[in-house]
Amino acid sequence: MIENEVSVEANVSEANVKQSGRNYKDQYKVEQEPFYQQQKNEVALYEAAYRNRLPVMVKGPTGCGKSRFVEYMAWKLGKPLITVACNEDMTASDLVGRYLLEANGTRWLDGPLTTAARIGAICYLDEIVEARQDTTVVIHPLTDHRRTLPLDKKGELIHAHPDFQLVISYNPGYQTLMKDLKQSTKQRFTAFDFDYPDAALEAQIVAKETGMDEAVAAQLVKIGGVARSLKGHGLDEGISTRLLVYAATLIKDGVDPRDACRMALVRPITDDADIRETLDHAIDATFS
Amino acid sequence: MTNATEYQHPLMAAYWKQLDTRFPQVEEVFDDVMAEALAVLTREGIDAYLEAGRVIGKLGRGVEPMLAFMEEWPSTAKVVGESALPAVMALIQRMQKSPNGKAITPFLQTLAPVARRLQSQELLQHYLDITLDFMERTTGSIHGHHTTFPSPGLPEFLAQAPALLNQLTLAGLKSWVEYGIRNYRTHPERQKDYFSLQSADARAVLQRERHGTLLVDVERKLDLYLRGLWQDSDHLVPYSTAFDELRKPIPYYDKLGIRLPDVFDDAGEISGIDRYRAVLAHIVGHRRWSEAQVADNWSPFQRMAVEFFEDCRIETLLIREYPGLRTLFLALHPKPVQDACDPETTSCLRHRMAMLSRALLDPDHSYTDAALKDFVARFHAVMAEGESSTQEIAALALSYVAKTRRQSDQFAKVHFDDTVVDYRDDNRQLWKFIEAGDEEEAFDEKRKIEPGEEIRGLPPRHYPEWDYASQTYRPDWASVYEALHASGNAADIDRLLAKHGALAKRLKKMLDLLKPQDKVRIRYQEEGSELDLDVAIRSLIDFKGGATPDPRINMSHRTDGRDIAVMLLLDLSESLNEKAAGSDQTILELSQEAVSLLAWAIEKLGDPFAIAGFHSNTRHDVRYLHIKGYGEHFNDDVKARLAAMEAGYSTRMGAAMRHAAHYLGARPADKKLMLILTDGRPSDVDAHDERLLIEDARQAVKELDRDKIFTYCISLDPKADEYVGDIFGRQFTVIDHVERLPEKLPALFMALTK
Repeated sequence: MIENEVSVEANVSEANVKQSGRNYKDQYKVEQEPFYQQQKNEVALYEAAYRNRLPVMVKGPTGCGKSRFVEYMAWKLGKPLITVACNEDMTASDLVGRYLLEANGTRWLDGPLTTAARIGAICYLDEIVEARQDTTVVIHPLTDHRRTLPLDKKGELIHAHPDFQLVISYNPGYQTLMKDLKQSTKQRFTAFDFDYPDAALEAQIVAKETGMDEAVAAQLVKIGGVARSLKGHGLDEGISTRLLVYAATLIKDGVDPRDACRMALVRPITDDADIRETLDHAIDATFS
Repeated sequence: MTNATEYQHPLMAAYWKQLDTRFPQVEEVFDDVMAEALAVLTREGIDAYLEAGRVIGKLGRGVEPMLAFMEEWPSTAKVVGESALPAVMALIQRMQKSPNGKAITPFLQTLAPVARRLQSQELLQHYLDITLDFMERTTGSIHGHHTTFPSPGLPEFLAQAPALLNQLTLAGLKSWVEYGIRNYRTHPERQKDYFSLQSADARAVLQRERHGTLLVDVERKLDLYLRGLWQDSDHLVPYSTAFDELRKPIPYYDKLGIRLPDVFDDAGEISGIDRYRAVLAHIVGHRRWSEAQVADNWSPFQRMAVEFFEDCRIETLLIREYPGLRTLFLALHPKPVQDACDPETTSCLRHRMAMLSRALLDPDHSYTDAALKDFVARFHAVMAEGESSTQEIAALALSYVAKTRRQSDQFAKVHFDDTVVDYRDDNRQLWKFIEAGDEEEAFDEKRKIEPGEEIRGLPPRHYPEWDYASQTYRPDWASVYEALHASGNAADIDRLLAKHGALAKRLKKMLDLLKPQDKVRIRYQEEGSELDLDVAIRSLIDFKGGATPDPRINMSHRTDGRDIAVMLLLDLSESLNEKAAGSDQTILELSQEAVSLLAWAIEKLGDPFAIAGFHSNTRHDVRYLHIKGYGEHFNDDVKARLAAMEAGYSTRMGAAMRHAAHYLGARPADKKLMLILTDGRPSDVDAHDERLLIEDARQAVKELDRDKIFTYCISLDPKADEYVGDIFGRQFTVIDHVERLPEKLPALFMALTK
């Protein structure tokens, strides 16, 4: 039985809404301002894209702030955000919705994409390439001038809410040749290319995110840089900003910086003894 | 003491009498050695010393052993204690009684340096034991009754002992000696070569046994270090530190790469790999921040000062990048003692520079010299403004030299203690010369690269061989020459295949039955092996909802793609020319038929496979003949090579397997199978111990197993049961009726890969 949390969570049933006593649109609202440090002018560009309801694609290595950016934009625009983490077992009905069996017949259940189109949310499909290709094509009619979503099983054609926008993300780095987006999908989106911010900015981000002393944050970023320059020499990915934030959090909690770095930065990313030793040495060389 | 009337002290005269000798050479040095002995030895020690000297003088071996003893013992006793004397004397007596009396002199001559390396009586005892064991095992005997010939390698070994102990631990020395004895006991000349460190394998084994961190072992880590921390990369080229006693090479870099010593011992707390890292960091610093300066107008002293200042500048910048490096540099940087050098008698420039260099890096230095402190402050002031430059720092260095110059700097006697910073390179990149050859150093001259000789055939590849007696590898022992097999007439093979037409048909049926392994799920089947739950539920919903349900609710599996790479290794030794029992064909002909059929069968299956043959004529000439490569199809070229198969020489199986594995291992396949077709036990004319090559082949199988290569042996030797199990474990088949080989071999292959 295909079932994942997303479709349950995105269940837009009138009964549920009435029970919770809360407007079902509100549960997707981003209540608090997420911390986001602009790298260039991406906020303004996104706003322009949203004004014209253009679908957006964000690309970049893992942990560089893609999801955070989308979350921040949803908050800034004051729109609900529905996030779907894609995986390879996901089918089209996990996005669109399906009939459920009940004691006396069947009942239709909207999927997250349908929900977003109905309520006018930003629908964020994270790691879209992980989903099977036949799944990704269901988003096509929503992404061009039609802005519709046909539910063929139900025999309904949904016209997307004027606030609805589709955002997808993917990491071009580690995917294989087999996992790439079709041109027909790619060419429906405007795109942002994200990367790890430069050292000074990244140190600022780590410091702000954790409330850590900026000097220490700069040292962490330095270690991150060491790992990033080893990419392709035994490492698939460098140390992400997210891991740097983890390390800073541990240090903030009173953990010895060397131990924190080993635990948060080195051990998660590699099992290669030589690389581990090199990174350990970099940690020792950085914290004198 | 040239004149008897000059005896000043009655005690000396008494000692001289006690020594009881008339060698004038001993008389000449007697005063000096006694002075040293009296300072070091106790009263009893003096008596024992003189007594031992007397005994050695009376051995009838001339003055040399006695002289050596008189000179060496006091300093030996100082290190290991005088109680070691009886053990030393016991060994000398043993040598005297054996034909090895000539070794006494070299033994005594190197005793003091050996003792200095070993530092304890216990370790010295081990050394004596090794020597004695060596002597007894290499002294020639006839019929095992009387020792007759002296040990050829012993004097050489004793002469080398200090140098060896410099690089080896006692355990390492023991296994090095062991190796020499085992392999060269019966070759006096080669034994000499080995123990005088002349032969290649003596050096190779020495390298293997050395203590410290070998560059080859940490090369990848250092490469990652360069890339990761410094975004730099270059070839790391080792130079040998083992055999250059006088001129110790220093790390450097040039267009061809970074040159590093082949081994670094731990230096106190600092591990060998960290020493390598320190050298690399320093070199990276030069590459990043140093500019070559014109050297012609500066004196050697000025240049030295510029080098010290520049080294400190780049190290300061390196530390700025990675603060942890300061600890590392300071741990490796010598700490010259302020007043260690006397400027009245000695040139102290190096000492001053080393102190300054220390002070520039070490904020907690304790030097009080005013000029030094002034320049440390000026240096930091310059550095505080940014990166500075080689030129700016050179100006500072020159003014330091000018300010602190002393007349004594010109003296020939130079203070060297604690002035060598061994992680720094030789700074050859820091200088450019306008005029060539003006200086005493001439290493910059351009050498013409001689055009290489024309290469005939591929150079040999060397493989180690397993020595089961010592459980070690003999490094680079077997030389494998590879070549393409000669070609014959391809039609012969076609004829053979035609002859086995009926068999081929049967094989074809079996081939069709061979199921490939990869399972692929096929969904949406009306009939299949399993119910596809996802689709079934969807259909049920459709059905309940009133829509037409999809009846394709089953799934089944299909297997797809074999991913096996095969290597067929043929033993082409002499014994293949024998007629097979109960058949008028030779084993070679039968093998030819069998291999042709197998090749045909595998080609049909589509597995990538290669065929190669091997034979050997001593370890120096193992031949590996390519018959079919992975890239070739079973075409006429291959058939022609098969048709020309010939047998000769012996079977050095391990080396051939290692070489075949080198090719098979490079294949991307999931499963790798090496089939070895042989008719006898591994053997070669230079291997006297028949277990040796069997054990080596067994070791090769283990190595291959480790590399995920499955080996399987097809033996045609009816007596193979005695040894083949030892080599291949259970992965073998003995084919008794050789005439049935052509049909057995392909069947066996299919059974293996099913």
